Amino acid sequence: MPTFTQLSPTDRQEMLRAMGVASIEELFADVPAKHRFPKLSVPPALTEMEAGRHLAEIAGGNVSVKDWPCFIGGGAYNHYSPAAVGHIMGLPQFYTAYTPYQAELSQGTLQAMFEFQSLVCELLGLDAANASVYDGASAVGEALLMAQRITQREKAVFAGSLNPHWQAVARTYVSARDVDILSTRVSVEDGVLRESRLLDLVDGHTACVIVQQPDFFGHINDLDGLANAIHERGALLIICVADPTSLGLLKTPGDWGADIATAEGQPLGLPLQYGGPWAGLMACRGEHIRQLPGRIAGQTADTDGRRGFVLTLQAREQHIRREKATSNICTSQTLLAIGVTAYLSLMGPAGLREVARQSHAKAAYFASRLPKGYRVLTPEPFYNELLISCPMAGTEVRSGLVERQLLAGLPVGGDYPELEDTLLVAFTEQNTREEIDLLLRALTEVAR
Amino acid sequence: MIHSPLPAQAALERGDADEGMDPVPPSAALDEGLQPEPLLNELSDAGVPTHQLPELDVPEAELPAALQRSSLNLPEIGELDVVRHFTHLSQRNYSIDSGFYPLGSCTMKYNPKINEDVARLAGIAHIHPLAPDETVQGALRLIYDLERLLAEITGFAAASLQPMAGAQGEFAGMLMIRAYHLARGETQRRKVLVPDSAHGTNPATAAMCGFHTVAIPTDNRGNVDLERLVAELDDTVVGLMLTNPNTLGLFEQQLLDVTAAVHRAGGLVYGDGANLNAILGIVKPAEMGFDVVHINVHKTFSTPHGTGGPGAGPVVVSSALEPFLPSPVVRKEGAAYSLDFDRPQSIGRLSYHGHFGILARGYTYIRMHGPDGLRRLSETAVLNANYLRALLQDVFDVPFDRGCMHEFVLSARSLKAATGIRTLDIAKRLIDYNFHPPTIYFPLIVEEGLLIEPTESESKRTLDRFAAVLRRIAAEAQTDPELLTLAPHHAPVRRLDEVTAARKPIIHW
Repeated sequence: MPTFTQLSPTDRQEMLRAMGVASIEELFADVPAKHRFPKLSVPPALTEMEAGRHLAEIAGGNVSVKDWPCFIGGGAYNHYSPAAVGHIMGLPQFYTAYTPYQAELSQGTLQAMFEFQSLVCELLGLDAANASVYDGASAVGEALLMAQRITQREKAVFAGSLNPHWQAVARTYVSARDVDILSTRVSVEDGVLRESRLLDLVDGHTACVIVQQPDFFGHINDLDGLANAIHERGALLIICVADPTSLGLLKTPGDWGADIATAEGQPLGLPLQYGGPWAGLMACRGEHIRQLPGRIAGQTADTDGRRGFVLTLQAREQHIRREKATSNICTSQTLLAIGVTAYLSLMGPAGLREVARQSHAKAAYFASRLPKGYRVLTPEPFYNELLISCPMAGTEVRSGLVERQLLAGLPVGGDYPELEDTLLVAFTEQNTREEIDLLLRALTEVAR
Repeated sequence: MIHSPLPAQAALERGDADEGMDPVPPSAALDEGLQPEPLLNELSDAGVPTHQLPELDVPEAELPAALQRSSLNLPEIGELDVVRHFTHLSQRNYSIDSGFYPLGSCTMKYNPKINEDVARLAGIAHIHPLAPDETVQGALRLIYDLERLLAEITGFAAASLQPMAGAQGEFAGMLMIRAYHLARGETQRRKVLVPDSAHGTNPATAAMCGFHTVAIPTDNRGNVDLERLVAELDDTVVGLMLTNPNTLGLFEQQLLDVTAAVHRAGGLVYGDGANLNAILGIVKPAEMGFDVVHINVHKTFSTPHGTGGPGAGPVVVSSALEPFLPSPVVRKEGAAYSLDFDRPQSIGRLSYHGHFGILARGYTYIRMHGPDGLRRLSETAVLNANYLRALLQDVFDVPFDRGCMHEFVLSARSLKAATGIRTLDIAKRLIDYNFHPPTIYFPLIVEEGLLIEPTESESKRTLDRFAAVLRRIAAEAQTDPELLTLAPHHAPVRRLDEVTAARKPIIHW
């Protein structure tokens, strides 16, 4: 009998008889005969017990951030997630439900989406949010498309210090549209990272300028005046956040005058999972609400006047608008959005501030003790991540650290050839002083 | 989690007794489960202790005041009340674990619990996407093996697991088709053919790829109208986006002619794999002329739908499209796996490594079936659908009268003409009997349509009970239509005002 089905042999016979069909094979008469019932060369079935063992063996072939200290960031961060977050995401009536097509049977999901949107608005300092897109990278792509729709312009300007993975994904998103994307140049001058001027690249055809805050190298930019200058040129400012725990302390994208903001939701309580599923956070100024992609929950009332929630502004979406939709997105990341909502509820304002304070302090501690042969390239102030120059290629340093059982750092030379002899190192509240001291000692050894 | 079943559910599950056929009556237990739940901000009280971190073990570091936010209005709620809040919210949901969910085109099959356990292994859940390859050999092996399993099941040469949902898989597939034409210098190809029964994601995806779409009508047998298709085929055609079995739950009877015609015109055939659950081990899409197909792992391969995501939408492709796959791809040399970024013709990146946590679940499911198990699961899905259809075909209109695959479409057109009752009313009345309604008003070409997909997971008992309830509702439409037009009577809320919600959107507190 196939796994996870519930028909007895008698059931099968009775069902076929009721239909007046002699065999199950008969049901496939429309399938071209010469292609029907092909041989499948897949391994024989495992029982649950065997499958559990097999997957444990595969998992054992990986080093998790529970095994070794982790100092890798670059867009995904090993923050602590309170135990309750995983249990809430594991509630079967959340995870085995689907998109709230029947609102009366999905009030739990819809209210959670509404709460998520409310928290995203607060965190990013903007008026309207959707209930998530796939991840931080796709959020950048969607924000770019959104800016093009709003401005009816095509060109985009990326800060060179925008996460290169995000840049790559966003380029894929617009790759069929012949879009001119310019990027500022990142270089090292006088021992410090520098970036050429964004505004020099903005002209009358520019739809948007996309910057990351704190940037890919961890620097917190003073964005005062940037929004005004961009708006004067008729373009929009998009601010993207890689580690939104930073927003426990830092000014919001809204504070800096962003028209659209995005963030990677992973650091807010979601497991790393080798890259996903995570959640992309996306918010905008209220006037652009109808250009947001993806699902949005709205508050309303039922026929008895009770508060209730529905999917709203669906006229933007593919199942209604088809080729004129704001995006082709259908299934998004609601379960992860619920996880983020649970995380922010459990942490509260004090908890999130503390995560930010500690993550920053750990990075500062590391920077202050950096051994001979290494130097901090990220200008002050930085948040929880920084680029260090190394006495050899970043890839070599990383290998040396792996030998010492440290998941440490990201070489960035592949994306920034000038920065081959550097390493990007990230810290969270989970990195103890002892771990950081281990890393510092290991760096000393590797440099010898 | 403890959740008491709705009072009438136990009786309903016994099936045969007359009492089991009654709608769910209001009761104290029900009222409790259905109490409105305050919003998080309404549960917040200033100063309530929240999650505690260990004391900071390094010196304090200051950030410039000019860079700091002025306020942070997150809720302040203790852990117990947070847990209760989300437990209450979950109780205001319908889910596969709580009942039958025949949402056509969504394949709401059982989500095996073992999947959840393996996805929580530290070596699956807690690995960093940018970790060095030598520390994630298990993950790369899983990706490599799953790519090959998916390619074998569908008959293709190669796969990419990067697309994070079906719609992103469509996007990847259409970008690859675009790249293929451009590489051959055929820049004039801008027209994508999409049957009028297609999912909305198909035309939306074509638009994202800079193409325009032409809708191809459905003939009276529920197939793509071959003549109308052929009439559109010329050297401007990018290709055809086709779901097979189609969204009517029918296998395209002239499929080989359709794909051959598109190929003759120089176009390629994109397969929307939404309905792959019907054909595992039954037929391989590549052998029928598809050039690329996306797979909804959250449908066919049992991963949880997560109340609206996450999904996973890998693409499988012919050898002609392989050079264009998203970058990077996983290579195997000897026993070592590595990521290969040197892919000059690639359409680019979509994600790090796809929804790895979901892919690990799907991989587990495939490995638990083996070749025979996969075929038997599709056979069972098709058997269940045909059986349920047989139980209902005399009370509703059957727009296309031939054997279905894993789902089927009914129409309440005659019932509406006779009673004024709409499909929407039938759907809402099903809620009173503790069933999730089927997909309604889709595909768009069926008037008053109900698209019903029981999946292979369900027992004969459940199918019998569902059919009996639908038949009873059809009878109620004649005798007591208000029961339907005012339904649901036993749900957390009554019908909701969607018009005001859209006109004056309130989308945060």
